[in-house]
Amino acid sequence: MGLAFDEMKGTDGVVRAPYSELAGWLGDVKPDVLDYRRREAELLFRRIGITFAVYGEADSTERLIPFDVIPRILGAKEWDLLRRGLEQRVRAINEYLRDVYGRREVLRAGIVPDDLVFQNPVFRPEMNGQKVPHNIYVHIAGIDIVRVDPETFYVLEDNARTPSGVSYMLENREIMMRLFPELFARHRVAPVENYPDELLATLKSVAPDSASGDPTVVLLTPGVYNSAYYEHSFLADKLGVELVEGRDLFVKSGFVYMRTTQGPKRVDVIYRRVDDDFLDPLSFRADSALGVAGLMSAYQAGNVTLANAVGTGIADDKAIYSYMPDIVKFYLGEEPILKNVPTWRCREPDHLTYVLEHLEELVVKEVHGSGGYGMLIGPAADKAQVASFRSKLKLNPKGFIAQPTLALSTCPTCVDAGIAPRHVDLRPFVLTGRDKIRIVPGGLTRVALKAGSLVVNSSQGGGTKDTWVLDR
Amino acid sequence: MLSRTADNLYWLARYVERAEYLARILEATQRLTSMPLAYVGETNEWESALSTAGCSNAFFAAHEEANEATVTDFLAFSTSNPSSIRNCFEVARSNARAVRTALTMEMWDAINTTWLELKRFGNRPSSREELARFLTWVQECSLRFDGSAYRTMLRSDAYWFSRIGVYTERADNTARILDVKYHLLLPADEHVGGPLDYYQWSGILRSVSALTAYHWVYRESLKPWLIADLLILNDQMPRSLSSCYENLVQNLDRIAGVYGRQGPAQRQARSVRTRLQNSKMDEIFQSGLHEFITSFITDNNKLGSAITQQYLA
Repeated sequence: MGLAFDEMKGTDGVVRAPYSELAGWLGDVKPDVLDYRRREAELLFRRIGITFAVYGEADSTERLIPFDVIPRILGAKEWDLLRRGLEQRVRAINEYLRDVYGRREVLRAGIVPDDLVFQNPVFRPEMNGQKVPHNIYVHIAGIDIVRVDPETFYVLEDNARTPSGVSYMLENREIMMRLFPELFARHRVAPVENYPDELLATLKSVAPDSASGDPTVVLLTPGVYNSAYYEHSFLADKLGVELVEGRDLFVKSGFVYMRTTQGPKRVDVIYRRVDDDFLDPLSFRADSALGVAGLMSAYQAGNVTLANAVGTGIADDKAIYSYMPDIVKFYLGEEPILKNVPTWRCREPDHLTYVLEHLEELVVKEVHGSGGYGMLIGPAADKAQVASFRSKLKLNPKGFIAQPTLALSTCPTCVDAGIAPRHVDLRPFVLTGRDKIRIVPGGLTRVALKAGSLVVNSSQGGGTKDTWVLDR
Repeated sequence: MLSRTADNLYWLARYVERAEYLARILEATQRLTSMPLAYVGETNEWESALSTAGCSNAFFAAHEEANEATVTDFLAFSTSNPSSIRNCFEVARSNARAVRTALTMEMWDAINTTWLELKRFGNRPSSREELARFLTWVQECSLRFDGSAYRTMLRSDAYWFSRIGVYTERADNTARILDVKYHLLLPADEHVGGPLDYYQWSGILRSVSALTAYHWVYRESLKPWLIADLLILNDQMPRSLSSCYENLVQNLDRIAGVYGRQGPAQRQARSVRTRLQNSKMDEIFQSGLHEFITSFITDNNKLGSAITQQYLA
């Protein structure tokens, strides 16, 4: 792994243009000021209660995600490239989903192997031939982006089910503006706080045709024990919609209603943060207490919009990921603007052979894994870990993909020893409505707080930063 | 609004109110038991504190003896007593978390800060001073939460449901104090006005923060029937049954007004208020103070069920 590209200092130590103001400021600022702001920020997060739950940790059921006070900055041109690339990618994902649950041209053309779709546990046969309102499947996408040099951004992962993290994007900005007003005065940072407006506009635009002029939107949460509950309540609040649990909803004569103090009220659009499996005990897992009995029948009757649609998991699977550039070309006839990380599909024998021979250099991921769990980071692993992955791979090659260990870009970060470069990624959020695609400039930057670590997941000790898009 | 949200707001307000009430009982009891034995005699004020809090049975299922240490622990800190101060705040906070969208920032901050500080208090205080600080803190937390709600909430159904929670709980609390102490308030044939009576009566008034109010309203030494009058019939006294029902009727009417529909909850509240309005203290004493209060507690519970059925279920 070569020397990582630093977003502030490039590879040659010369401060890059978007960072010129910040670098100057960092040079002048006294360390205790930064440290003081850091503690203030933590206090604010704790008081507002911006926490997430970590499963399996009995004592600290509510934890803070560490917040780094040094922003990550993107110039206007960099952002423009990303924005166009994201739009293109998400348009293709929606086309792909409509096709797979419809005419299946992509399979007939041999672009994507059949079994990747049909044997995928997240494929929903219930959605075959099912028309979804306005043909939009992924209304909210979180696309994980990494960067390796000034020009190259890779998509690391498409999140097309219930991507989370947007509350951190918004709260990080809020807290930065409170703590560092002088920095905002010296930069022109594109605003992100209109995200809830854009999200509401998106959700309302996809209401079923039978909905009234002002459709009723709700946010469906699994409840307070869910790790992202804070985000759910935060968003419902900002959107000004009801935060409902399954028990607040019921289905009658093909329509969905919520129980209110004034009696039943019809619901038109459900921004659901509950996984497919738990949505409707009559259609999916019968033991689910989180869902709404009969919801799928109302959905299939076209009387309610689910955002995201049911069955979108077949688009964000790690096995499908490697086909995404072909999928973009197939549907849009355009070259993909955002590249994929080169990926070996272990299901293909020659790829598998290569992967087995180069395990120590590669990152191996479970096709259905998430959250940074169940992966091997070759260069950081010991012999026993490599050996155990070798046997896992041989046993179930289809279950894995492998990628080169990328020299992810770094960004200056406050750590105990002072300011040091740490690896970052970026999750921008792409909203697809009936009228248009909306992306607020920025996203959630996650940062690996341990020196040298590439794992940015919050469940594994990663932190977050505010992401600034400048107007120049 | 969602029925579940209204339900959570209603109970959130009730639990915060209850925590304060428990703190007041403990404070008053402690004051009473620190009197010289010659004044107090052999009564067990700690047992009486338990009955006032309505949890004698639960207590004696787990403990042999009601004394300062066991009762304080049970009412303030016990995790096994669902109505301890600790649990009240715990439940209040988890209700608040479930309906954060319906709370203002200030209310959330108040209850969340309470919860965070509660954890820092540890298991139990090591001294009376520390306990006293704790009890004061509890009352301040309740005050802060209530004040935040009063100052920052939109005057809409969310606010009215939380007010209804406050007043239903408050009415119940005041009635319970009266019920446990009713024998003190009966016109006794002996010892009236003795120091023991005085301290016990002032204890009642302290536990509902009404000692000063009493003097202000009656300008007399403490008389049991006047205490009963203040806490049952006096509209000026914010903890009186009458005042609680004034507020319950008002807030329920606001909801009915906005929703365009009256129901059993409104009827029940009005009928209790009418009964209070038509009562005279001497008649209450004649037909039995205890009977009056127990039937009030039953009626108040009925109102609780009516509210639940009409709006919260």
